[in-house]
Amino acid sequence: MRRFTYHEPATLDEAVSLLAAPNAQILAGGTDLLVELKEQLRRADCVVNIKKIPGIAGLAYDDKAGLRIGALATAREVEVSPLVLDKYRSLAQSVRELGSIQVRHRATIIGNVCRASPSADTIPPLIADGASLRICGAGGERTLKVEDFFLGPGRTVLKPGDVVTEIVVPPPPPGTRKIYIKHGRRKAMELATVGVAVTHVPGAETRIVLGAVAPTPLRARHAEDLLRGKRLTDELIAKAAQAAVAESRPISNVRASAEYRREMVGVLTRRALEQLR
Amino acid sequence: MTTIALTINGEARELAVEPYRSLLDVLRNEAGLTGTKKGCDVGDCGACTVLVDGKPVNSCLMLGVEADGSEVLTIEGLQPAPNRLHPLQEAFIRLGGAQCGFCTPGMIMMAAALLAENPSPSEEEIRFGIAGNICRCTGYTKIVEAIQAAGKELA
Ligand SMILES: Cc1cc2nc3c(=O)[nH]c(=O)nc-3n(C[C@@H](O)[C@@H](O)[C@H](O)COP(=O)(O)OP(=O)(O)OC[C@H]3O[C@@H](n4cnc5c(N)ncnc54)[C@H](O)[C@@H]3O)c2cc1C
Ligand code: FES
Ligand code: FES
Repeated sequence: MRRFTYHEPATLDEAVSLLAAPNAQILAGGTDLLVELKEQLRRADCVVNIKKIPGIAGLAYDDKAGLRIGALATAREVEVSPLVLDKYRSLAQSVRELGSIQVRHRATIIGNVCRASPSADTIPPLIADGASLRICGAGGERTLKVEDFFLGPGRTVLKPGDVVTEIVVPPPPPGTRKIYIKHGRRKAMELATVGVAVTHVPGAETRIVLGAVAPTPLRARHAEDLLRGKRLTDELIAKAAQAAVAESRPISNVRASAEYRREMVGVLTRRALEQLR
Repeated sequence: MTTIALTINGEARELAVEPYRSLLDVLRNEAGLTGTKKGCDVGDCGACTVLVDGKPVNSCLMLGVEADGSEVLTIEGLQPAPNRLHPLQEAFIRLGGAQCGFCTPGMIMMAAALLAENPSPSEEEIRFGIAGNICRCTGYTKIVEAIQAAGKELA
């Protein structure tokens, strides 16, 4: 790694002002940042470790507000939480398949979201669940839907100096069913070729979010419209799967061709919906 | 340079480290403990796995300075006494869980973390647990058997 200065701010305000320096980078779990620094995909003159800031750790749940995921909450903390498994099953499924246990002990959920990789596993379930982010920056605090956070691969609305302090995921209405299906070339240590998250509230709404098939995670809105308030019949599922295929905008890369990805969007959307009825 | 104070294998150490050095490099160079291996240096192979405050991590993906104040356990610190091997080490030797041995330190540290949480894991649980540890020699079968055997002994 190239030389950088290193800071451990003790408060959020201190972090925000340190991050005003040119080429300052936030270090949370470091599982993306350190790889990118070593491979010289990114430059850091100043690294700001946010792990000493009080009040941004851990998970908390209450029936009204839902699940609060702090900036320091790791994928492993989410993976082993019985509450997450019970109420946020698709998120629990997504972290089980994120890297290795070693990686998950360091990687934060919020880092996974902020890195804005199109194939990031935690993003589709968070969007399907209607999650929002709280951002703290030089201009004060603001809240934003995770869905509206991404501008493109690796790009978000965050400005230099912004720190995401928490993600809040609303509590699931009674009867809600959720699933995340990750499709890769092999079972473990693999980025998603296609990811599909569905949150189904019977009699009301079904939200379908596709990963790795567009520059940013994508809501399959036409497919959702077809299903709104309806029972999930074979016929309707087939139509929704076709709609999702039409909405996806995949590229070809080392992991799969665009044609294959489009095909898999149909298969996985159908499979996900079949398992939720 | 920053000075960090940490416990490595039960021994209190103070080390002067550059902030841009990984914990892996700090362990191998500044601390002189070369049991922990560097395979890929980017989190893919697991050869660098150590326990930090009991948790298995890739030491290549952590800065040395981040280990300030923590307790680090490496393969050198696993044996219960100077002339006694840990049951995992015994089992890897007895059942052929190591061939070239490059993955072994990381594999055994990951297995130690796994058995601490679940002393009698199924084959599936073991394979899930060591998914981040790549072995190019054994084909994993003997590693899984060794971990299971050690688990029985530790239980
Ligand atoms: C071997 C390996 C396998 C992996 N496999 C998968 C996988 O299967 N699926 C998957 O989705 N990901 C995978 N990843 C990537 C995953 O580990 C990361 O995306 C991780 O979740 C990022 O979190 P972090 O805490 O490590 O972030 P860091 O590396 O610390 O930071 C990542 C980026 O987010 C920014 N950031 C972090 N926290 C904040 C914050 N609070 N506010 C603002 N910006 C912030 C940082 O500045 C940086 O730009 C893998 C990584 C490795 C090394
Ligand atoms: S050297 Fe750290 S995971 Fe390969
Ligand atoms: S024994 Fe050679 S890599 Fe595992």
